Amino acid sequence: MADQIKVAYWPGCVSRGFTPELHGSMALVAEKLGWELVELDRANCCGAGVIAEHNQELADTLNARTFALAQQTGLSMMNICSTCQGAQSECQQRLDADSAYRAHVNEALSGQGLSYERSEDGSWTNKNFLWLLVEDYGLDKLAAQVKRPLTGLRVGPFYGCYIVRPKERLGYGEHPDRDIYLEKVIEALGGEIVEYDGARKCCGFPVITMNRETSLRQAGTHVGDAIDAGADCLVTPCPLCHLNLDMQQPEAAKVVNRDLGLAVLHLPQLVGLALGADPKELGMSKHIASTRWVEERLTSGVAA
Amino acid sequence: MAEYTIKVRRFQPESGEGPYWEQFEVDLDPSLSVLDGLLQAKDNEDGSLAVRCSCRAAICGSCGMKVNGQSTLGCKTQIGEAQEQADKMKAATGVTAAEADSPIRGEGSDLPTAGNPIVIEPMGNMPVIKDLITDMESTHWTKIRRVTPWLLPHGEPPEREYIVDPESMIDITQSMACIQCGACVSSCLSMEADPGFIGPAALAKAYRFVGDPRDAETQERLHDLAEDPHGIYDCTHCFSCVDACPKGVAPMDQIMRLRRRAGEEGIEDPNSGHDHEIAFVKIIEKKGTLDESLLLQESFAPGVKGKLKPSKRAIKEMLGSIPTAIRGIKTGKMRSLPKLIPGVHHKLPGGAQDDVQAIYKHAETHNEEFNLYIKGEEGELAEEPDIEKGAERSTSPDNAEAK
Repeated sequence: MADQIKVAYWPGCVSRGFTPELHGSMALVAEKLGWELVELDRANCCGAGVIAEHNQELADTLNARTFALAQQTGLSMMNICSTCQGAQSECQQRLDADSAYRAHVNEALSGQGLSYERSEDGSWTNKNFLWLLVEDYGLDKLAAQVKRPLTGLRVGPFYGCYIVRPKERLGYGEHPDRDIYLEKVIEALGGEIVEYDGARKCCGFPVITMNRETSLRQAGTHVGDAIDAGADCLVTPCPLCHLNLDMQQPEAAKVVNRDLGLAVLHLPQLVGLALGADPKELGMSKHIASTRWVEERLTSGVAA
Repeated sequence: MAEYTIKVRRFQPESGEGPYWEQFEVDLDPSLSVLDGLLQAKDNEDGSLAVRCSCRAAICGSCGMKVNGQSTLGCKTQIGEAQEQADKMKAATGVTAAEADSPIRGEGSDLPTAGNPIVIEPMGNMPVIKDLITDMESTHWTKIRRVTPWLLPHGEPPEREYIVDPESMIDITQSMACIQCGACVSSCLSMEADPGFIGPAALAKAYRFVGDPRDAETQERLHDLAEDPHGIYDCTHCFSCVDACPKGVAPMDQIMRLRRRAGEEGIEDPNSGHDHEIAFVKIIEKKGTLDESLLLQESFAPGVKGKLKPSKRAIKEMLGSIPTAIRGIKTGKMRSLPKLIPGVHHKLPGGAQDDVQAIYKHAETHNEEFNLYIKGEEGELAEEPDIEKGAERSTSPDNAEAK
């Protein structure tokens, strides 16, 4: 475990777009944990798989640029979005696989004085906040920082596809437990894990513009299943999942034809609550599905 | 040898009862397969336990099933590994892969078990005929036939075989590796929400012909697959099929190739999939990060600011998104001009946008696809893929279709 976490930080697009509360809460939590985030404000969108669908080399080069910008700082990289993790890991896998291809891609970056170098010993990494929290910071250390244990709060994990599949690409060989980290974090924060069918399924967001009905049926089904399993809230490391599960929740309710109304927290918000941050500081009032129930449970003495 | 408890989801239509769980105790080496465990239970405890299997070597594709919730082949999953997975999930979540929502029968249910039960279910997205045997016809084969899974060459057939450049066939070797087991269909999260989706197996098969240099109706195929509202643009990009496939076909990658090809043909689809892709790519070229409101607008009504008129669907979709936007404004999520007004979003700072545009220029002239399945990882002598490729080449391509 590193003594001091200092990383090149890629916040992604959506955390500064339709889920600004994610960007804000991450900054707050980093401060509380004593992490230093060096923001990559010149870096570009990961392409979310869509640019790769259009032109694979373009996606690989755009992400090689982001990696190179991070490597310029001499630090490993952190993202706060499952989709960024998946799209970037996909490009990194291709870049790392072949030196000739890497050289070809780097050629396009040479004019900018940039070059992505494969880390032979694996010391340069690009990890989601969730992975960094468990693997580099440590759950014991996290638990020791808890000021307001989430006692009695029933939390359903929602991973987002890109951080759990494909396993072979996402480092599951070396870190086989990456698909149960959310459970571990919830536990370390003193919360109660809710098991329901949708935890590792698709939120439907990638087809929200292409097939709204399919997309919202997915979101609505998972939220409904979590409610039926007794969840007080969901937690997700992916802002795109958050868009479909929270922002679109009233629309999803219409498609699955039932009442929903379940708070969906970003991972840094859940951590922040346990570290004693104020829900308002964590931007929870910006959510569409009310988080009042979560706040009441945490302040009503249940947590005492 | 080790003892395992397997918990099987059973269903016998002739009994008139609903499905139920039954536990069996089996004793076998951890390196043997889940299928071996099932066959032992069938031999020793209950001959009526129904499971479809043949080769037991991940070649025939008969024993598709879910093990601890993961769609796979029973014969390709080692029972020791399945036990580790069951123990891990139990430790993390406090429950096994399936909730015990129906009564458990069998002797095992009262006994202290050898470990956490390994949960075995029939494949998903298909009707169950009996126990672990699903009806492959009603979903899988119907969808395969849907994509015209045979070669459509034009002109007089040659006197002997078609002669093609071996290089031109490499691109489709990955989709040719399919053994029609249905594991990808079972795992498909899009089909779960939309049973009409053509699905991963059939679309991978479609690419096998779209990419075949002998096929003369590539354009017609692409139009058909893009213009079907449950076609290539109905995939939610969830990677489930990639992890489920026992042969490395990566059906989702083939679907993305079909999208790329359809896009290159300029095919307009009823899902606005192509418009969405182009809008996304152009926004990043102009702004570096995503302008979400512009993406929404341009996905539905490309060029609306110019001369093109939005379609009826576009108007409907855009009106449909108004309540969501209003909610966003109310909570403060979208209370800023760049988030509300398409196109106001800022560019990357300090000349970085020019750097992004330079990358576009470079990549557009190459548009290279690096296929790891074909090329393998450097240094790590691509033993397996080479053997597989060799096998593919030594047989005629149509042999792979014989199944």
